[in-house]
Amino acid sequence: MPLVPDIVIESLPKLMSGTWVTVQITALSVTIGLCLAVPVALMRVARNRLLSIPSYVFCFYFRGTPLLVQIFLIYYGSGQFVDFLEAIGLWQFFKQAYFCAILTLTLNTAAYTAEILRGAIEAVPYGEIEAAKACGMNTQVMFRRIVLPKAFRLAWPAYTNEVVFLLQATSLVSIITVMDLTGVTRVIAARSFAFYEMFIAAALIYLVMVYGVLFVFRRIERRILAHIQLPA
Amino acid sequence: MPEILNLQGYGSLLIKGAKLTVLVGLSSMVIAILLGLVGAWGKLARSRPANIAAGAYTTIVRGVPELVLILLVYYGAPTLIQDVAALMEIDLYVDLNPLVAGMCTIGFIYGAFSTEVFRGAFLAVDKGQVEAARSVGMGRVLCFRRILLPQMWRFALPGLGNVWMVLIKATALISVIQLPELMRNSDIAARATRLPFTCYFLASLIYLAITIVSLVGQKQLENWANKGVRKA
Repeated sequence: MPLVPDIVIESLPKLMSGTWVTVQITALSVTIGLCLAVPVALMRVARNRLLSIPSYVFCFYFRGTPLLVQIFLIYYGSGQFVDFLEAIGLWQFFKQAYFCAILTLTLNTAAYTAEILRGAIEAVPYGEIEAAKACGMNTQVMFRRIVLPKAFRLAWPAYTNEVVFLLQATSLVSIITVMDLTGVTRVIAARSFAFYEMFIAAALIYLVMVYGVLFVFRRIERRILAHIQLPA
Repeated sequence: MPEILNLQGYGSLLIKGAKLTVLVGLSSMVIAILLGLVGAWGKLARSRPANIAAGAYTTIVRGVPELVLILLVYYGAPTLIQDVAALMEIDLYVDLNPLVAGMCTIGFIYGAFSTEVFRGAFLAVDKGQVEAARSVGMGRVLCFRRILLPQMWRFALPGLGNVWMVLIKATALISVIQLPELMRNSDIAARATRLPFTCYFLASLIYLAITIVSLVGQKQLENWANKGVRKA
């Protein structure tokens, strides 16, 4: 038996196009999810109950239910409201699997990231907040200049994990017919009956992506946490 | 049953699925804990082959999406075994049971995560305890069973709780290989009743209920494991 089966070499271009879709979906959901997570985390720590309770419910729901249910809920579930969605002109988005996949992954990662950020915001040493107030900063300036930068640094290692989990979670979008790496692999495997060859090849590509992301994020971590790093 | 929960008679299907989800979750968790203990031993043992094997196990499993591993085991393993058997000129037909395949794969995946939890927990037990046990003449095995194992749970439980939360949600993925658990049954109900949103939303609420019960159970277990520990 050759080291790399022919079927894997033949389908390499297709696997690469699937990998590209996976990277796209991951990058889009991570970026939009982060933008969404910051306001949600700020709402979570707000003293006003009207702000903190909806944010708590959002996080609890998206963290307490499986991603697959969320994907089905948005992709198939939206079919129950076709008339309404058509009336407000959103149906053209919801009928696309790609859009629903990104929407679900974004909301999911926003919930997890908001929870990480909330922990980090609460972990900002009180002395720094006191110092900011003593300098005469108002709440807005204090959050922008002191609390959020510090929180991002504290949250970075946990956020790295979240990005890796999201990258792996994108494989679920293949179930709603998006042709990402897993989707392409499933189609080729089903047509050629080369199940283990194809899935092992896909697993290796995921492995390379995951450890690539980890490598980059560790590099950034060394940079933004340089001031507390012990000289190696 | 109230009309909304009856779902034209499909409500009971969801309940049946939920029972199977909990069953699969619990048995996978048992496998994961056993594998985790073995893996932690492999990581901490003074034997290089064991270190390398345990390191490879956690590195690979944590870098590949669960879905790809489930598909690899369910579709790939039988063909791989048949191909190997064919090489040795044995005519063999392998057909995996989805329940067994799902349970073993989920257990295998989360075994890697609990390996890290147990490794940390064993390291967290005070070294003096082991030294004292050894000095009164306990053998390695006896010392592990009487001293390390009982004290380790206190440090392992929070991490294991997290593993369980992720694991129970990952069982939804087994629906892909047609096991009639909660996700698969809600899919059937959604197609039959043409109320996808209602069905999936109910399913997500059941998952949420499992999460809430688990949180309460985890607190109880932690109280049990922490008995006799003075709080600061």
